[in-house]
Amino acid sequence: MPEKNPITVTSRTYEDGTLVLFPSGEVSYHESPVLRQSIREAFDRRPRRIVADLSGVSYMATPGLATLVEALQISKRTQVPLVLAGLTPRVRAVFEIARLHTVFRIVDSVEAALAT
Amino acid sequence: MSQSPEIKIEFRSNPAYLCAIREMVNLLSRRCGFSDGAANKIALAVDEALANVMNHGYEKRTDLPIWLSISRRESGGVTEGFRIVIEDEGRQVEPEQIKSRDLADIRPGGLGVHIIREVMDNVKYEKREGGLGMRLTLEKKLDPGESAPNRGCCERGGPCA
Repeated sequence: MPEKNPITVTSRTYEDGTLVLFPSGEVSYHESPVLRQSIREAFDRRPRRIVADLSGVSYMATPGLATLVEALQISKRTQVPLVLAGLTPRVRAVFEIARLHTVFRIVDSVEAALAT
Repeated sequence: MSQSPEIKIEFRSNPAYLCAIREMVNLLSRRCGFSDGAANKIALAVDEALANVMNHGYEKRTDLPIWLSISRRESGGVTEGFRIVIEDEGRQVEPEQIKSRDLADIRPGGLGVHIIREVMDNVKYEKREGGLGMRLTLEKKLDPGESAPNRGCCERGGPCA
């Protein structure tokens, strides 16, 4: 069985100081450390705010949710706003089952996040 | 319900296998008439259950056996639902101690059992005989209001294309 991790995370910083993370792939138990590391590094850069564009995430289980809850806690501690964007129906359903869709600021797209 | 599972597989407790297992469960669920959304949730519940075995039952050892079996519930030759059984040889715990956490307590972790119970219609944890391992039985009824048109193998006995 190959050990290749089926998730990648890229980022881009916009002119207004917003740092957008673009995770792509699946986020379950095996993959969540990659996302966690990327989020921590993003906060370390002290951006104006962080947007996680989840449109490229095809699957998310509770380790992914835990990683994002952890990110939310860092967000509150550091006063760097965290916005989730572009959730697919499959990923949004996981947030809803876990009753977390009301805890996060969730918008339809990165553009919508940047417009606020 | 079938007396014996129609599919039974054994695999090691390596999280790298979770992706393949959940895709198999997802595909089988859809083939048996569950909607895409329902199939996604069933696969999620199985994924969470297997991750719990790996994390807690086997304490992250990656070389120990897990058995997963899938049976249909049927009536008059028509599939009415799924039964999925997950067995391991890990640490035994009292079934009543396996609980969902309070969702109002927003913190990382501890959501897996909640998701399993939320998604599946029946969830039963029990100790396996012989003092070793746990058995988790998950059942999901095919909701006529939510089900997609049957897509093949389960009803007709044909191959999954």
